[in-house]
Amino acid sequence: MSLVSLHHPLSSSAEQLRVLDESARAHKPFARALADSGLFPLRATGIRVFQINVGKLCNQTCRHCHVDAGPDRPEIMTRETAELCMAALARTDIPAVDITGGAPELNPNFRWLVERSRELGRHVIDRCNLTVLLLPSQSGLAEFLARHEVEVICSLPYFLGEQTDAQRGAGVFERSIDALRLLNGLGYGRADSGLRLNLVYNPVGAFLPPAQHAVEADFKRELGRRYGIEFHSLYTITNMPISRFLEFLLRTGNYDRYMEKLANAYNPAAAAGVMCRYMLSIGWDGALYDCDFNQMLGLSISGGAHIRDFRPELLAERRIVTGEHCYGCTAGSGSSCGGTTA
Amino acid sequence: MSGYYHQEDLGRFADVGKNAPELWKRFAAWYEAVFAEGALSEREKSLIALAVAHAVQCPYCIDAYTQSCLEKGSNLEQMTEAVHVASAIRGGASLVHGLQMRNSAEKVSM
Repeated sequence: MSLVSLHHPLSSSAEQLRVLDESARAHKPFARALADSGLFPLRATGIRVFQINVGKLCNQTCRHCHVDAGPDRPEIMTRETAELCMAALARTDIPAVDITGGAPELNPNFRWLVERSRELGRHVIDRCNLTVLLLPSQSGLAEFLARHEVEVICSLPYFLGEQTDAQRGAGVFERSIDALRLLNGLGYGRADSGLRLNLVYNPVGAFLPPAQHAVEADFKRELGRRYGIEFHSLYTITNMPISRFLEFLLRTGNYDRYMEKLANAYNPAAAAGVMCRYMLSIGWDGALYDCDFNQMLGLSISGGAHIRDFRPELLAERRIVTGEHCYGCTAGSGSSCGGTTA
Repeated sequence: MSGYYHQEDLGRFADVGKNAPELWKRFAAWYEAVFAEGALSEREKSLIALAVAHAVQCPYCIDAYTQSCLEKGSNLEQMTEAVHVASAIRGGASLVHGLQMRNSAEKVSM
């Protein structure tokens, strides 16, 4: 169940921010780390990714989920808001549309968003949990994605069942392998294919991700050898100390050490390349944010805005809203929706 | 003092250099170079370190290299095998001394 359904105090973004701000006493505040590396205030450098979070509904309830998504979350983007998004997109030349959730495919407007974005000539990314592709209600989904040449970025935290199921739920690994075979069968992930299939690695616990190139080689070898699965790239993403992962850290007594580890691993090069500098994040209700993490913490974009008031020229140079959680994107080699940043 | 080992001391390792900064500096540089990717990958080196940590039974090293192995992408199967390697060498090292015992016994026996 989601933190919201459990009426957990951490289902409140205000409580999450309180915990995060309190920890800033134990390490250098993030704003000071940015200032020390000449990056404060952090500013956007344009908008190259139009990321739409179409809602919190998901068929899984992963233990680290920063969205607190699940089958019990009813918040999803309406057709009206989806149309506002596409109208805003049409006024720009932003090259990529990144659709996320929840399981974005469960939103009844998902396929329309893909079709409309493709009509506008944009590259489309689907952040897919894999198992959604096998749901009876989603029949033909994989073929639809292939037909529209949608890049599929899938979560698979490890190449073994034990670790994957520990994070994502019992039986998820086996179904994920079936879904990857389905995608491979359509040409996704093949070396000579234009159908891009990328995987996302998240640590299954309170530790930082491995070097992306090293773990990608492990995944390619093991998924190929064990299951005959191919994919293009593997992105490593650091678990963000918010929502369910924050609850895990606090419950298991790992919070202070994890935050210390993130702060000690602050990398100015990773900070300079953070994704919020080149993306715009749109919430299920049309509100605008600097990134999906800020969205979940309720940290609205500077000045506060909604997609109906879309002003791309102002947003492209906006000041980014930061907080202690931002250490999650700047530790080590950095972390973003596209993997490492440094 | 509740005991000799404290988890938080691991983060204070550099304090050991306070009265011998030059030696610490050389140790730190050498240590960093040792664990850098070379003929062996960083992941392999962390697994070796984990095994050695068990052989020398250093709780700080076990803690540090358990984390390090996970952060290099190793899994519990691989880490457990590494611990068995260390244990086999420790056990074998004891057992092979049985030959000393046999030699001594043979020398004094009729």
